[in-house]
Amino acid sequence: MSHRYFPHSQEDIASMLETCGVKTMDDLYADVPEQLKFKGTYNVPSEMSEHEVRKFFNALGRKNTTFDTILAGAGYYDHQAPAAIGSLISRSEFLTAYTPYQPEISQGTLQYIFEYQSMMTTLTGMEVSNASMYDGATATAEAIMMAVAAGRKKNRILISATVAPSVKSVVYTYAKYHGIIVDEIPATNNGTTSIPDLEQMLSSGDVAGVVVATPNFYGILEDYTGVADICHKAKSLLIMHCIAGDLASIKSPGEWGADITVGDAQSLGIPLSYGGPYLGFLCAKKSLMRKMPGRIVGATKDSEGRRTFVLTLQAREQHIRREKATSNICSNQGLMALYVTIYMSLLGAKGLRETTEAGIAGAHWLCNKLTATGKFTQTYPDSVYLNEFCLTATDATYIDNFMQQAETEGILAGVKLSDNNLLIAVTETASKESLEKLVEIGNNL
Amino acid sequence: MNRDFYSNLIFEVSRPGRKGYKLPKNEFEKVALPSQLMRETAPELPEVDEPSVVRHYNNLSTNNFGVDTGFYPLGSCTMKYNPKINEEIASHPSITHLHPMQPESTVQGALELYHILQGYLAEIGGMKEFTLNPFAGAHGELTGLMVIRAYHMSRNDVKRVKVIVPDSAHGTNPASAAVAGLEIVEVKSREDGTVDVDDLRPLLDETIAAVMMTNPNTLGIFEKNIPEIANLVHEAGALLYYDGANLNPMLGMARPGDMGFDVMHINLHKTFSTPHGGGGPGSGPVGVREGLEQFLPNPRVVKNNDGSYSLSTTETALGCVSATLGNFAVQARALAYILSLGHEGLAEAGKLATLNANYVKERLRDSYLLPIDGLCKHEFVFDGLKDKSTGVTTLNVAKRLLDRGYHAPTIYFPLLFHEALMIEPTETESKDTLDEFISVMHDIAREATEDPETVKTAPHLTPVTRPDDTEAALHPIVTWSELNAK
Repeated sequence: MSHRYFPHSQEDIASMLETCGVKTMDDLYADVPEQLKFKGTYNVPSEMSEHEVRKFFNALGRKNTTFDTILAGAGYYDHQAPAAIGSLISRSEFLTAYTPYQPEISQGTLQYIFEYQSMMTTLTGMEVSNASMYDGATATAEAIMMAVAAGRKKNRILISATVAPSVKSVVYTYAKYHGIIVDEIPATNNGTTSIPDLEQMLSSGDVAGVVVATPNFYGILEDYTGVADICHKAKSLLIMHCIAGDLASIKSPGEWGADITVGDAQSLGIPLSYGGPYLGFLCAKKSLMRKMPGRIVGATKDSEGRRTFVLTLQAREQHIRREKATSNICSNQGLMALYVTIYMSLLGAKGLRETTEAGIAGAHWLCNKLTATGKFTQTYPDSVYLNEFCLTATDATYIDNFMQQAETEGILAGVKLSDNNLLIAVTETASKESLEKLVEIGNNL
Repeated sequence: MNRDFYSNLIFEVSRPGRKGYKLPKNEFEKVALPSQLMRETAPELPEVDEPSVVRHYNNLSTNNFGVDTGFYPLGSCTMKYNPKINEEIASHPSITHLHPMQPESTVQGALELYHILQGYLAEIGGMKEFTLNPFAGAHGELTGLMVIRAYHMSRNDVKRVKVIVPDSAHGTNPASAAVAGLEIVEVKSREDGTVDVDDLRPLLDETIAAVMMTNPNTLGIFEKNIPEIANLVHEAGALLYYDGANLNPMLGMARPGDMGFDVMHINLHKTFSTPHGGGGPGSGPVGVREGLEQFLPNPRVVKNNDGSYSLSTTETALGCVSATLGNFAVQARALAYILSLGHEGLAEAGKLATLNANYVKERLRDSYLLPIDGLCKHEFVFDGLKDKSTGVTTLNVAKRLLDRGYHAPTIYFPLLFHEALMIEPTETESKDTLDEFISVMHDIAREATEDPETVKTAPHLTPVTRPDDTEAALHPIVTWSELNAK
């Protein structure tokens, strides 16, 4: 025995067993029925040194392709992440702490979450934010349950066909088991939500919430003028799904009149990491605060009158309310909220805007050049797009060829949606040189 | 270290015109989009330079207490040491720089990592297959319950709409069941803290979808009637769910699959040492016994005959619970931990955790009330101080521990006792640390008699003293703009 993570010497064990009044370690399991005991050896390799662990992961890592330029988006974007983030989040006081149940020794976590909430509310134009969502898809699922809980007897949700399929599939799953009916609002030929259809669907009077996205899955900025009024007239909440990084530039959900805003905050300094960990956000108007899932930090004073932060409104939560809680969420997605908070501290509103503008500029340049090759057309040419756009190939062989050739140049050319459709996102990390290379590949198809 | 408590907010460090970034050179022509789609006023974010940001968050961190700071005997949370090699592995570009929608051919190593880890977890859990897609323990519970509902629905057994949970269950159990659209039926615990089989039997009718249990339970007691319970549950046509929050003491000793459980989740951030990060991110893989794999959420990672890996989506699956394959970088840490321990280390971890818990329990039972005698597993519960005449409560003891440099135990849970104080010392704590903790706990018990006022008004030596929770909930101030307006 004795592993580098276990501090027990043989003498320690002997003396501790004696205190416990037993002879062997196995005696501590005398209460476990004999037939249940695991008698074998786990089919797991033998203890490895750090060197061997590194070798193991290096071998796995070599089987992955890491791209110099990532033009895949679909909700997750490759942005420049300041080195200060990595350095600060590895402070073990942040990294190895638990949920801040003991505020007296957790002001570090509580305070940065308060900062995070403050930043997210101003970014979304909402009044209250939690810090507990795993990602944008599950945050959207939480939002529809919240809308149904707030809508009393109403049990129906409408979701736009232009919301990302990955988000919709999670929403449909939660809804199916939770007992919520979800209907899809059709899209127009321009890749936007059909507002006349929405109005018609709302007339049934049983809709608790409406989910739309900006930008939507195709990168399109939809015009939601009047949509909040239409929803509110039908006594339905407007839930808007967004990509956090865009919100300093585009019209905010608050400005559109949304009641709840959800989405992914990965675009604010969180590495792609093949799908997680990320951070979802869920912000709302203050009237909905007590229906919100997850942890919320509030400001108060300590017994000496000093400004202090605490987890508040805990009567909504699972550890107090059990089955009557607003959600089963137990996570406080603390460390990921810290990534985002540091990112926004460094960039400020100006940095976020410049980042988005760089993506818009690069995307429009690339879209124009690629359609000029004649190999692709813009799938939704009459719609306004941000930093992501959808192309239709004029030949079914093009997309695979295009992506494969780009791969040899270290470029992940986008997300293939079908044999004919490719979704391409551009961020500030894409150089003109790499995009020119991609255009050349397109020309030579 | 800080001489004084550092309490600035980043907004108070902000000065107009400062910035902490430099973007890559942008050589593309600026594009103006229609103004009615763009934001009118900029968000009110701080403006700060890089050195000030770094100093701010470094200073903030010193107001925090982590496992690397000191002993964290937080029951049911398994606050074990988080090895540093795991962080190094998880920060490698071959993990961090992969897009979740990359073509399968470009992420073969990532899919293999996933497949290896799910296989090891299946081995440790005694299950057939795991999904690593759930993002956290509660998300795992929800996923597991959806598996169970999908199973019953596949048999057209639609009247099973209830879940039985013990009164000692974690709060997430009933909450997850409610999210999964199930009603909750509570089963009582006996005097010895285990589930009352006689109370359970009549509850098991044709409306029960599942029974959720934690084993050992939240009192740290092994549910020795589990074979009988499993039989009863299965005879009634229901499935048995294992809440893996307390899996740690079972490592190397017993497997939930062998106990008769059908579905389980594991908290990688507990048993497999990934850092808690102030409450997240976690990871909550879900395992199922043979015959239930087809209900696991889409997508699944499968190994093909040629040795390659791919994603598989099926109609029988419960649906999708996540847009990606879960918290991949957390999964990588857990795999690094399993490899570092090896089967030898895994076989020791559970026993040492159990030894530590029993040792602390035996050394403290003279001062603290042990409501249930006998062997515990990785944790145990006191019902406050033995001497109740002083008026010193569990909350007071917990707060006094903060003064002495320890994190508090879990308090007022489980709900079976009025003054519950739940202690879980994991296997990575040394006898010296435990001896010091025991001595401090005895000091506090003595102090409760000699100077109860000091204990009742604790903490005294922490960065801040007791906050006014009532005011916080009565008049919630949840943003800087609200705080600043006051």
